[in-house]
Amino acid sequence: MTQEYQKYYVPEQSPWPIVGAVGMFLIAFGAGSFVKELSSGGGYGGYLLLAGMSVIIFMLVGWFNNVINESMSGLYSPQMDRSFRQGMSWFIFSEVMFFGAFFGALFYARMFSVPWLGGADNNVMTNAVLWPDFQAIWPLVKTPGGGETTAMGWQGLPLYNTLILLTSSVTIHFAHTGLEQNKRKQLIGFLGVTILLGCIFLFLQAEEYIHAYTEMDLRLDSGIYGNTFFLLTGFHGLHVTLGTLILFIVFLRVLKGHFQPDNHFAFQAASWYWHFVDVVWLCLFVFVYIF
Amino acid sequence: MSKVIEQDHHEHHDHHHPSGGIKRWLYTTNHKDIGTLYLWFAFIMFLIGGCMALVIRAELFQPGLQIVDPDFFNQMTTVHGLIMVFGAVMPAFTGLANWMVPMMIGAPDMALPRMNNWSFWILPFAFFILLMSLFMEGGGPNFGWTFYAPLSTTYSNDSTALFVFSVHIMGMSSIMGAINVIVTIFNLRAPGMTLMKMPLFVWTWLITAFLLIAVMPVLAGAVTMVLTDKYFGTSFFNAAGGGDPVMFQHIFWFFGHPEVYIMILPAFGIVSTIVPTFSRKRLFGYSSMVYATASIALLSFVVWAHHMFTTGMPLFGELFFMYCTMLISVPTGVKVFNWVATMWRGAMTFEIPMMFSIAFIILFTIGGFSGLMLAITPADFQYHDTYFVVAHFHYVLVTGAIFSIIAAVYYWLPKWTGNMYDEGLAKLHFWCSLISVNVLFFPMHFVGLAGMPRRIPDYAIQFADFNALISVGAFAFGFSQLIFLYLLIKCIRENHQVPAKVWEGADGLEWEVPSPAPYHTFEKPPLIR
Ligand code: HEM
Ligand SMILES: [Cu+2]
Repeated sequence: MTQEYQKYYVPEQSPWPIVGAVGMFLIAFGAGSFVKELSSGGGYGGYLLLAGMSVIIFMLVGWFNNVINESMSGLYSPQMDRSFRQGMSWFIFSEVMFFGAFFGALFYARMFSVPWLGGADNNVMTNAVLWPDFQAIWPLVKTPGGGETTAMGWQGLPLYNTLILLTSSVTIHFAHTGLEQNKRKQLIGFLGVTILLGCIFLFLQAEEYIHAYTEMDLRLDSGIYGNTFFLLTGFHGLHVTLGTLILFIVFLRVLKGHFQPDNHFAFQAASWYWHFVDVVWLCLFVFVYIF
Repeated sequence: MSKVIEQDHHEHHDHHHPSGGIKRWLYTTNHKDIGTLYLWFAFIMFLIGGCMALVIRAELFQPGLQIVDPDFFNQMTTVHGLIMVFGAVMPAFTGLANWMVPMMIGAPDMALPRMNNWSFWILPFAFFILLMSLFMEGGGPNFGWTFYAPLSTTYSNDSTALFVFSVHIMGMSSIMGAINVIVTIFNLRAPGMTLMKMPLFVWTWLITAFLLIAVMPVLAGAVTMVLTDKYFGTSFFNAAGGGDPVMFQHIFWFFGHPEVYIMILPAFGIVSTIVPTFSRKRLFGYSSMVYATASIALLSFVVWAHHMFTTGMPLFGELFFMYCTMLISVPTGVKVFNWVATMWRGAMTFEIPMMFSIAFIILFTIGGFSGLMLAITPADFQYHDTYFVVAHFHYVLVTGAIFSIIAAVYYWLPKWTGNMYDEGLAKLHFWCSLISVNVLFFPMHFVGLAGMPRRIPDYAIQFADFNALISVGAFAFGFSQLIFLYLLIKCIRENHQVPAKVWEGADGLEWEVPSPAPYHTFEKPPLIR
């Protein structure tokens, strides 16, 4: 082999994984106890959950600090960079499958359970015996059990939000080209705009939720329509929050001059994540809001 | 080639060595350390889950209720299943992947060593939460490892939230572990190690890791919906709100069926490694093995509803899932054929790993045949939720997955420890296990066909004789595993030096490094012929 070989960097021991495992334990145990105590009352679950989140943040800061330092001191080979990229891509794939489960529930409800309850196919007796007055329509504004709600239209806030997220996908792309062509101004400007758009999106989303709860009687427990609506948009919103935070951290690193035109995995990963969140929203907009 | 390695090893002699004490295990980034942790964790969980099985079998020794009350019985079946699936079989395979995949492809370590350690250390905490919930007021989860709604929503006890979050974190651990394996295989192969030169264990793990990343998030979705249905008033699985309890089963089995292949594909890889070694022949039909594995994995996404034939699916669904399920047995048959053809006219010897592998081939095939019987929709109307199903999945999981893990441990133990195991004890372990496992699971076919339902602490007296026999087999199998434990400790402690190439017929990079394998291997990639 004449080819130049750069050693693959294997870090020596690191305390962060075990710290992270303790953090995950506190989060899982805290969240479990917290939810349990919602009905029974009392307890310390909430505090454990908060403690767990602090531990995880502490871990992330420490861990990423190590990684950034290693990267800045040139320990990473291009092969390492590929590991990171592939790892991130598979992580995003797992997220896609997570949303897939909830979209699956949405489609199942719309194509099977709601029509069947209304007597479709061979389920005439189901309808006649259980809830003869039930009408199968989507959005399901009146559940078989009798709960009523109103459907969220797609005009107004959701439409604005769609435009906002789409624009942000474009702006982050321009930020990326700015980085690749070493145009710092373009990079900082467009990245800043992207983060801003993310924040506006989240703000409008919160407005929408408040509107739904206070004026439309559309709640998490308003039957399968409300369930899928809030869990899908809610998990998406959480991902936007996370994405915005990641972009913000990347922004700080840009200001510090951490990235080179040919070496900027963190930026790349953040932008992939952002595009992914955008695509999920598009599916949401089509299947939750419009149709 | 081995010369290169020794030089390399010498260069790095004085740094990067494990620091002693507990810190070594808590802070480690070394794939061999982490593999060892996974394997020991899996073994401990195997023993704990095994004790629960013995509680179940003690109760079922006679008809009537004697030892535990029915609610606790249900908690035992539930937690036994969860522990064996998520705590024993999966971590054991991950441990083997950690140890062997980097060595088999000539990589210096796993691609993301720190994350590797994180994925391991989440597991003990996850199972701590699960086990602790057993001791809480109201008891632990009691709805079966499949946690069907509404058993897990309307009718479950208060600790369900803990179950949900414990499954969440074990899922994260598996996903991170799988990402690590996939990236290692795609990115860290030594130059010259093309995909179609990879050992089959690596191939099967690559595909397993893909399945894991694809379906563990779906499991996370399922438990999340259970959580919101139970605690936050949603009605995904409640018809009064427009949902459907059967929807739970669809989501669960979309995860669940690929999951059973997650537990068997690495086993196929192990057997495909061991059989050629002791037949002193190349594996018959290498590329057909690869394609069979891939097609099993793809098909496994479209057969999930064979677990739901009795839920009243539309006829088209029943037929579609029946035929797809039967289709899977074709690539599975290809594998069995190839193993047998590999042995055909080979210069065979019967060391312990080979014994377990042959037992695997025969007994797993029995499990495959009972699977085929279950796949026939009208027949399954009779078999569903009886002990016949229990017999089926224990043949594929215990004599399949677990036997392959044991075979793998015997096969590579000398490489890991540098010592040969005690052959006599190993033979004892093999024969005790082989006989007792069949006493344990074979009669389950009969009581199942006669109509004995699963997950019930009591039964009609006509099943009494077989059940007593089953329980005897269960205790015998359980205690046989203590021989294994003793043998492992003995092997680690004693000194029966083995050469680098422990088995003369063995092939692969792992046999070119010294035994025990040095802490770091292939820091410079080896040359692949
Ligand atoms: C030839 C291949 C196979 C076929 C045709 C097959 C078919 C089936 C069918 C139809 C059922 C549902 C029975 C019922 O509930 O009524 C079933 C259950 C099951 N199978 Fe298989 N199977 C095969 C291989 C495997 C393998 C390789 C594994 C795992 C390593 C496995 C693990 C299971 C488990 C765990 C269950 C029971 C799940 C539960 O209800 O708790 N099967 N199988
Ligand atoms: Cu299945």
